[in-house]
Amino acid sequence: MTTTMRRAPALPSPRGPISEAVLSVLRGNRTGPPDVGGSPPYGEDLQLALYCCYELHYRGFGEVDTEREWDPALLTIRAGLERVFLGALREDVPPGSDVEGELDALLVEHVDAPGVSRYLSRDGEPWQLREYVAHRSLYHLKEADPQTFVIPRLDGPCKAALVTVQHDEYGAGDPERAHARLFADMMTELGLSEAYGAYLDSAPAETLAEVNFMSLCGLHRGLRAMLIGQFATVELTSSPGSDRMVKAMRRLGCGPAAIRFYAEHVEADAVHEQLLRREVIAPLLTAEPALAPDIVFGIRSSVFLAARSEERLLRHWNRGESSLRDGVEAGRP
Amino acid sequence: MAEARRRVIVTGEGPILVYGPVDVEMPDGTRVRSDRAVTALCACGRSRRRPFCDTSHRRRVRDKER
Repeated sequence: MTTTMRRAPALPSPRGPISEAVLSVLRGNRTGPPDVGGSPPYGEDLQLALYCCYELHYRGFGEVDTEREWDPALLTIRAGLERVFLGALREDVPPGSDVEGELDALLVEHVDAPGVSRYLSRDGEPWQLREYVAHRSLYHLKEADPQTFVIPRLDGPCKAALVTVQHDEYGAGDPERAHARLFADMMTELGLSEAYGAYLDSAPAETLAEVNFMSLCGLHRGLRAMLIGQFATVELTSSPGSDRMVKAMRRLGCGPAAIRFYAEHVEADAVHEQLLRREVIAPLLTAEPALAPDIVFGIRSSVFLAARSEERLLRHWNRGESSLRDGVEAGRP
Repeated sequence: MAEARRRVIVTGEGPILVYGPVDVEMPDGTRVRSDRAVTALCACGRSRRRPFCDTSHRRRVRDKER
């Protein structure tokens, strides 16, 4: 069941000229930098290109030389894509500096707000639940990894507390309990492929943008406070959503692995929420109060990108259509 | 001896945080363990996963009136 390192995933299909150029560089060709200026910042082409650039810092791709990770040509392209992506977020997400107010707002449960977990817990069908899990696999099969990049960029109490959270995410010494492993077990139980990267071609730009935002903030020391804001958003909002997913899984008769993944997140994230607020953010702000606007921006950007993903899923499902790019892959019966 | 003392945080808003693994005895005698580095024990009485916190203490609002 557990192996140390699985086969690296295959390269995805291009979605336009930018991703085409990035894939070409990844294959070892000396391709000139693509023009990124006119490309929609949250579009399929740009988000896939960025995702592929970042993937080199995680598991890479089977056909790609590991040297590409620090290839100046590729890093130049990546920097251009990041400017467009972050620039768009700066325009779409209003600035703020009241971290406490922002966190308090996240802690209020809006019981009649629309959302994917509410939809799945009440009306979702098995194929929709499988689609949701396929979307989420882009992050959860590397769960906690983007946030681990921030560790050396922190110091003192907030670093120690963040590592405590990550230790829990990685199974507290037991690889079978690592959240990414629990997610993979759930995928297998639901009849999905647990292979890393299996749903990259299926994942739309909205799904990729959420993961790209984590990688962007994790890999830039200057954006470390945004990463903390992003992490806090996930940990603060996860417990109630996971509880609804447990309901959805039970209602649809899913097996123990599926229920276990979300049940674990109800309990774990109730703890992580407390640690993030009290032991990570509070000491970080005491040490560096100037980081407050970046924490708020990280929170608001995460909420903004998550809302775009949820809208896409619900929009397609309400029409009875697949929310994945290639339709039925996640297995309509 | 002092070093062996567990750190416990009474959050006031919801759970009690206990540092280190815990072995909790429930009113009916059953025992529940948590091996987490920190465990959040429900103190508001509303959790459906007692003894653990499930964030049920949070404020709930309705956005649409009626």
